[in-house]
Amino acid sequence: MSVTVTVEQVTKSFGAYPALRGVSLAVQPGELVALLGPSGSGKTTLLRLIAGLETIEHGRVLFNDTDSRRLSLRERRIGFVFQHYALFKHMSVAKNVAFGLRARPRAERPSRPEIAARVAELLELVQLPGLADRFPSQLSGGQRQRVALARALAIEPRVLLLDEPFGALDAQVRKDLRHWLRALHDRLGHATLFVTHDQEEALELADRVAILNDGRIEQVGTPDEVYDMPASAFVCEFLGVTNRLPVEVADGAALFNGTAVLGLPDRSLSGPAALYIRPQHLGIVAPDGAGLSGMVAALRRNGPARHAEIAVAGLGKTLDVDLSNQALPAMGERVGLRVARGAVFPAPRDAAATAGTWPAEKA
Amino acid sequence: MSLAIPFKPKPSILPGFGLSLGITLTGLSLIVLIPLAALLLRAASADPNEILELVTSARTLAALRLSFGAAFLAALLNAVFGLMIAWLLVRHEFPGKRLVDAAIDLPFALPTAVAGVALAAIYAPNGWIGGLVAPLGVKIAYTPAGVFIAMVFVGMPFVIRTVQPVLAEAETDVEEAAALLGASRMRIVFTVILPGVMPALLTGFVLAFARAIGEYGSVIFIAGNVPMVSEILPLLIVIRLEQFDYAGAAVIATLMLVVAFVLIAAINALQGWTRHRLGDA
Repeated sequence: MSVTVTVEQVTKSFGAYPALRGVSLAVQPGELVALLGPSGSGKTTLLRLIAGLETIEHGRVLFNDTDSRRLSLRERRIGFVFQHYALFKHMSVAKNVAFGLRARPRAERPSRPEIAARVAELLELVQLPGLADRFPSQLSGGQRQRVALARALAIEPRVLLLDEPFGALDAQVRKDLRHWLRALHDRLGHATLFVTHDQEEALELADRVAILNDGRIEQVGTPDEVYDMPASAFVCEFLGVTNRLPVEVADGAALFNGTAVLGLPDRSLSGPAALYIRPQHLGIVAPDGAGLSGMVAALRRNGPARHAEIAVAGLGKTLDVDLSNQALPAMGERVGLRVARGAVFPAPRDAAATAGTWPAEKA
Repeated sequence: MSLAIPFKPKPSILPGFGLSLGITLTGLSLIVLIPLAALLLRAASADPNEILELVTSARTLAALRLSFGAAFLAALLNAVFGLMIAWLLVRHEFPGKRLVDAAIDLPFALPTAVAGVALAAIYAPNGWIGGLVAPLGVKIAYTPAGVFIAMVFVGMPFVIRTVQPVLAEAETDVEEAAALLGASRMRIVFTVILPGVMPALLTGFVLAFARAIGEYGSVIFIAGNVPMVSEILPLLIVIRLEQFDYAGAAVIATLMLVVAFVLIAAINALQGWTRHRLGDA
């Protein structure tokens, strides 16, 4: 029923603007893969290329062993859920869901009672029974989203593609739908690919996450892999590693202002680099002069966790420390910082340690 | 379009309801309602037997049929081609597109008599197009066909200009969704695109229809104005006026008014229905 989708070295540009620069990815049946990236990274373009809504410039997309270019849109049997649902406004919910069945050539079209039964079944599946005669304008955002999904599932798709499926919903509905979608996916066993710019969503929902940046895949891996072993500085920053420290790497250690702050097992690296540290991997210790030291500049609460901002001597900004498992320092207190874990990448062209302005292109 | 005024307007944070309603009604009265009332009064002053005779005379009925029939067909043609032109302008790029876009409004700007003279010159048996079909025994100018062509000309911009913005705003993702669900191109046009533009298309149709019914200047030049054959109702009114038969003119005008009102009200009801089906979104 479901197929393996293989994307091989696909490129695509819009005019002079390259949207995809050689992307490869495979999605197995029953697998839920997230395409994660900032806007303009090419994730929606990739989804539309697989669906056949955009033409491929170079490379190819395979459904099992069949080149996608040999298949018409109908033959691809793709269930696509658009970001804004793209429901047919002038049709009732039932007509929307039945659309794909009624559009089949006469020989393959199910009979009217069969279509009606299938629509009822699908509305049951997306938990919207009783809304069959409503029009899309009479539904809430979450309900429209489910109708869009039911409509996509009606054609018994071999692949399910979702473009920012929760983008237009409010926080609570998002959370509920997320769990529901995961359960539905597990039940139906499609190869499912969804686009999101929300890292939390991608990490929670997906079996594997592909992180895109500037038309390239930076890393593909399970949520644990990309979270714990980010493959690039971009992945670090995109997955919310807020602390970035300019360091000098020499003799298997990262040095900040000449003091070793973290030992590195990989001895191949040397020279200027950036050290990324998650807030929970910074420990507050006594200010003994070794490693990092600074002053508590701010204390704040972030949901369940308490955080401290430490103004580090010799660094133009503060470091974010998660205080969940450690004693609360006092405001203005002088403290030392111990780095438990971190990721080191060669410094980018601009050595200025300004977080958030990562260069779009790496040399 | 209800004229009923609620006794107590709903309290609103926007001021000036009374004032704006007053100004609107005064303006509407001075420009539309009072002249129309005067028309009805004038028509009512005629002898009832004469009214009946005039309204049921073969010449009046022939003109009535031509005016409304040709206007309806012209609006229909405009609806079909207007939709196609609007589609072309919204969805495709081609050299000279802006020029075409601008040219569409010309029938609005041109004095209709000029249009009539130009059309007559082209479609007359010795004109460019009239000359082409004349050997086949087809006459366009000075026949009902000429009336139809003049009405198509003056009504053309309405459908295009009402449908164009709706098509431009329509999300293409709906069409993509339909295609991915396996719908053929034709099916997408008829089940997805057309229902979406239907209200706008009907509005344009009504405007083109109304404009064609009332058209005088361009039609009389190309129609030939043969009684019982190519004579339109507005011309009958003018003929009465020239004979100083104001009551007779008012009677025919009232007849036109009533028929036009009924037809347009009916189409508006249809339009309200299609809009309702689209929902409020």
